Amino acid sequence: MSQAIEARFAVVRGDFRLEFDVALPGRGVTALFGPSGCGKTSCLRAMAGLDRAAGGYFAVGNEVWQDDARRHFVPTHRRSLGYVFQEAHLFPHLSVRENLEFGRRRRRGGDSRFDPAEVVTLLGLESLLERGPEGLSGGERQRVAIARALAASPRLLLMDEPLSALDLRRKQEILPYLERLHDSLSIPVIYVSHSPDEVARLADHLVLLDGGRVVASGPVQETLARVDLPPIFADDAGVVIETVHQAVEADHLSRLGFADGSLCVGQRPEPLGSRLRCRIHARDVSLALHKPAASSITNILAGQVSAVEASDRPGQVLVQVRVGETPILARITERSRRELAIAPGLAVWVQIKAVALLA
Amino acid sequence: MDAQDLAAVWLTVKLAGVVTGLLLVVATPLAWWLARTESWLKPVIGAVVAMPLVLPPTVIGFYLLLVLGPHGPIGRLTEALGLGGLPFTFAGLVVGSLIYSLPFVVQPVQNAFEAIGRRPLEVAATLGAGPWDAFWSVALPMARPGLLTGAILGFAHTVGEFGVVLMIGGNIPEQTRVVSVQIYDHVEALEYVQAHWLAGGMVAFSFVVLVAVYGLNRRFAGDRP
Repeated sequence: MSQAIEARFAVVRGDFRLEFDVALPGRGVTALFGPSGCGKTSCLRAMAGLDRAAGGYFAVGNEVWQDDARRHFVPTHRRSLGYVFQEAHLFPHLSVRENLEFGRRRRRGGDSRFDPAEVVTLLGLESLLERGPEGLSGGERQRVAIARALAASPRLLLMDEPLSALDLRRKQEILPYLERLHDSLSIPVIYVSHSPDEVARLADHLVLLDGGRVVASGPVQETLARVDLPPIFADDAGVVIETVHQAVEADHLSRLGFADGSLCVGQRPEPLGSRLRCRIHARDVSLALHKPAASSITNILAGQVSAVEASDRPGQVLVQVRVGETPILARITERSRRELAIAPGLAVWVQIKAVALLA
Repeated sequence: MDAQDLAAVWLTVKLAGVVTGLLLVVATPLAWWLARTESWLKPVIGAVVAMPLVLPPTVIGFYLLLVLGPHGPIGRLTEALGLGGLPFTFAGLVVGSLIYSLPFVVQPVQNAFEAIGRRPLEVAATLGAGPWDAFWSVALPMARPGLLTGAILGFAHTVGEFGVVLMIGGNIPEQTRVVSVQIYDHVEALEYVQAHWLAGGMVAFSFVVLVAVYGLNRRFAGDRP
């Protein structure tokens, strides 16, 4: 069921021109990431058919929804998709249950991909069903909006910054639900965001947009580890690593294994064997030529420099180090780079000061 | 009140009821189109709909008389169809009132549709509702306060009209003699007591209607999420 998504659009709005031409994986979460005004939402609207981008082509698996070369355009209401807008936009004249029913009754395509009861449980809506939208908090509304989109059993879920209208606390309240979705959804999700944190937590595949152009498209681990892109991420440059909770050790520590080594973090509540996603900021990584003998840092890994690039800040460089196959980014000063003669091929020790757990 | 007064009251209520029903059918699609179109025709049609707000009723009545009369284009058509002439009949009153009260229904309904905006309809489309479906299942229910306001104003305004009725309906008992005309007759005949009964009733009715409209608007405004 890895039917790929193919999207080609050119959107012109005044001076702004968006060129979008990518193939996306047919499952998992694809993040469309970029600064405000880079054309992310235009892309998503074109995919949904809400706006008709001229000369476009859009296909999900074997279903072609737009092919202007053949004058083929499926209107939005005949596309089997779900769309979550920035604001929940629940129908005010319907209860939560009726909002969910709205899409379910109009399901396109015969097969039901989601059990409505399961969607309700997944998003924690059991106690809200009989209430009207006006009594719900912002976070609850957005959860209902996501459930409503899923209740229609779409074969593609489009999300346009679904957290951007919420304050930090509400975001923290919804993110766990999105992560549960991520783990249990079999359909592809295209998620528009300008938050590096959301991308690091949720995305499997990353498309970077800047100034109406696709700057990069690839698996999230590889793309976040590229040294030539981080100006877009600025201070948030860093990699994500998929790990497995391997062991609980003495001193309230947990060991997380990844393909080429392991990391030690404060003890985790998740059962052994759970998959955990970690984020390591480039600013939290330093490099040494010899294995530091006496250091308070617990995570020290051996690796080999694979790329060096000037960073967005004067006097600083970004270094990509491979620990086995796993890339890690480090931000160091230009002076250190010169004094340690850091260049591709050099064997180094990677010292990781902080590991952020994203699950 | 005598039998003639009661007949006038009944005729007025019947006229206003029929006109309000027809107005909702005519004004709702018109308001929908005005709220959503980007056509250059929008200001033109909008102005035509609003004309009765600024024109003296006698002007509308005069031209309706010409158009509907035996030598007017619509008069000829109704004659040819065997429907007879419309002036000085109940049907003629209905047509005149429709035109005269149209802006009072179109404008609140149009405002309600405009307040909804495009987004709820886009949401409906992404959930599988086609344009027709979304109109019935989302736009109309969401515009309910506007429709209710429009219906009340249309009814009340039809009850309160005088000039157009006199021009095109004349003064035929149980056919075209509505309350406002009956009051005029009473005053002409110096029957002030009877005039008071009807006029006072109109004052009370108008007050109640307007309180209802403003109350409704406040309640729905408070409901907004």
